[in-house]
Amino acid sequence: MSIKRRTFLGLIGAAGVTVASTGARAAGNAHFDGYPGSKGVLFDATRCIGCRKCEAACNAVNELPAPAEKFDDLTVLDRSRRTDAKTFTVVNKYETPSGGPVYRKMQCNHCLEPACASACFVKAFAKTPEGAVSYDASVCVGCRYCMIACPFNIPTYEYDEPLSPRVRKCTMCRPRILEGRLPGCVEACPKEALTFGTRDELIKIARKRIEKYPDRYLDHIYGEREMGGTSWLYISGVPFSQIGLREDLGYASAPELTSGALAAVPVVAGLWPALLGGLWAINKRKEKIARQEKREAVENAVARASAEAESKLSAALSKAEVENRRRIEVEVKRALEEAGLNDTKEEG
Amino acid sequence: MSQESTASTAPRKSLFTPFNVVAGVIVLVGLVITFLRFTKGIGAVTNLDDNNPWGIWISFDLLCGVALAAGGYTTSAACYLFGLKRYHSAVRPAILTAFLGYALVVFALHYDVGRPWRLTYPIFLSQGTTSLLFEVGLCVFLYLTVLFIEWLPAACEWLRLDKLRKVLVKLTLVLTIFGVVLSTLHQSSLGALYLIAPSKVHPLWYSPYLALFFFVSSMFAGMSMVLFEGTLAHRNFHELMDETHLEEAPGVVTGFAKACSVVMCGYLIMKMFGLALENKWHYLATGYGVLFLVELIGFVALPAYLYAIGARERNRTLIRFTAVWTVLGIVFNRFNVSLVAFNWQLPSADRYFPSWMEIAISLFVVTVGVLAYRFICTRMPIFYEHPDYKESH
Repeated sequence: MSIKRRTFLGLIGAAGVTVASTGARAAGNAHFDGYPGSKGVLFDATRCIGCRKCEAACNAVNELPAPAEKFDDLTVLDRSRRTDAKTFTVVNKYETPSGGPVYRKMQCNHCLEPACASACFVKAFAKTPEGAVSYDASVCVGCRYCMIACPFNIPTYEYDEPLSPRVRKCTMCRPRILEGRLPGCVEACPKEALTFGTRDELIKIARKRIEKYPDRYLDHIYGEREMGGTSWLYISGVPFSQIGLREDLGYASAPELTSGALAAVPVVAGLWPALLGGLWAINKRKEKIARQEKREAVENAVARASAEAESKLSAALSKAEVENRRRIEVEVKRALEEAGLNDTKEEG
Repeated sequence: MSQESTASTAPRKSLFTPFNVVAGVIVLVGLVITFLRFTKGIGAVTNLDDNNPWGIWISFDLLCGVALAAGGYTTSAACYLFGLKRYHSAVRPAILTAFLGYALVVFALHYDVGRPWRLTYPIFLSQGTTSLLFEVGLCVFLYLTVLFIEWLPAACEWLRLDKLRKVLVKLTLVLTIFGVVLSTLHQSSLGALYLIAPSKVHPLWYSPYLALFFFVSSMFAGMSMVLFEGTLAHRNFHELMDETHLEEAPGVVTGFAKACSVVMCGYLIMKMFGLALENKWHYLATGYGVLFLVELIGFVALPAYLYAIGARERNRTLIRFTAVWTVLGIVFNRFNVSLVAFNWQLPSADRYFPSWMEIAISLFVVTVGVLAYRFICTRMPIFYEHPDYKESH
């Protein structure tokens, strides 16, 4: 399915319209492998024991409000949880068919070509060269399209904030990374389930582990290519769909999904005025010709009618003249006759 | 409803007509919820959450609102670009509804976005050009301006601003073309908004053609809405209409019915292509498939057929019924894409259903629109040509 969609988008892209900006690069053969040397985190599901130490560290580092249940209360693992405006990371427990629970940590995956950044209409999100996807609340309008777009359901919103709500999500502890320190969760993990490093290194480490323990791991690094690749990577001994990571996301990055639609903008903006203007001009000309023909037809009809009327009139006039003359003659005759009659009477 | 029209034309009568009372109650409730929304936050009045960031304020107020306000560009394009001058008397009511519709879409967005006073940021401060929502925002902003200018001559005639009116009327052609361009872009990009989330929208509604589906369906949505409003207007504002309007109205009804029928047939074929392209036929046998078929057969194929019959037999009652049916079908489609098919894989406990206050705000927005429409229609030359400006367009 996703292959077909990419083919379709590729065809549209090949039409020669490139939308050049931070994201839409589906057109042509350009692609983005991520910033060189950018950082990421490798999560090893076979090592995580669900102790929630990472959650506690995240809460402290980001100065988030204290949760309802304390972080050493492990009963919360019995229900499925997700990130929210006060929680940037959660660990969930998954019962798997292969026996025993498997734990998986959830937080922003810091995509190489983030859907949130592609979707944001004020550029509040950015993929930073260090690897973190950053968020700038100072321009955020609060449309929440990032939350619609994110395939991992990560961004959350401060719905209870009436005047200055923000989108909230994991920052990969970018300020700490810039200081040369580890992200809070990585530092706190007691089992080394989290490994921090450059993404390229992490992929090598993950490959080595999979090679060394082929029975322990599935031969797949989740996040290496999913949605165009993410900075947070996962390896696991059970299928990723069993630990809440969707395997049907495809490998196309978010910008590739929308580049076709965006490429239509210059087509419409360029073609429509020409076509519609042409249509208008044709109709206008048609109307003009119709008007002209009508006027000519009327003129002709008027001319013909007046000529006819004139001849009719002159015929009628001459007829009337003849009649008049005759009537006069008759009158005169009668007058003469009457005069003659009177004369004979007087004589008689 | 008939009482309402008498009340509006004879202001000496009591204001407490059934319509006014109901509208008044809705407006009051809306104002109370508005206060709650801006003092306690979005969370206090909606059922939105982190999994379901968009509710009916987007599905109904934005998606349906914009689609149903498409009558502006379809009618003005038919009259001014396609040379169908006999639809001229339908243009002003259609432009007015479109203008009010878009104004209300923007008004409703002030409830939904977190910081509404920043709504112009994407246009003037920080342009996120990779976002389909940027395209929507920019086009809606520009098109609202276009509609305002297109509507302005009516206000000028009312206020006797002859010089301004003369300038505006000269802009008609440019504005109409610009309006069609902008409408094509944002009607389609409302559908394209969902292209970025193939993993969240049910495969029957997710399609690389989403943009095209939204654009093509907006044509018959807009025309059907013009027909539907025509029905209401003839019932309530009949005495305001001049002879030209009354003479042209039956032609508009059958003409639009014919156009709707043709466009709907094309839409139907495109939807079929959408299924065939990615071989999604097998989904039709599921529960979502039934819903999809109800939408496609019940609300597209059936009205397309009824429109054709109505146009052939000049059965205007049938056409008017079909128009209402089509409008409902558009609402059904937009709800399906944005609510029913969206997040279809989440467990039912995590799915969204609107709170009563969300519904009340949507009702409030519609009511404000109806009141504004009535205010303008009863004062400005909408259904009739102003005697002083006849033949001057």
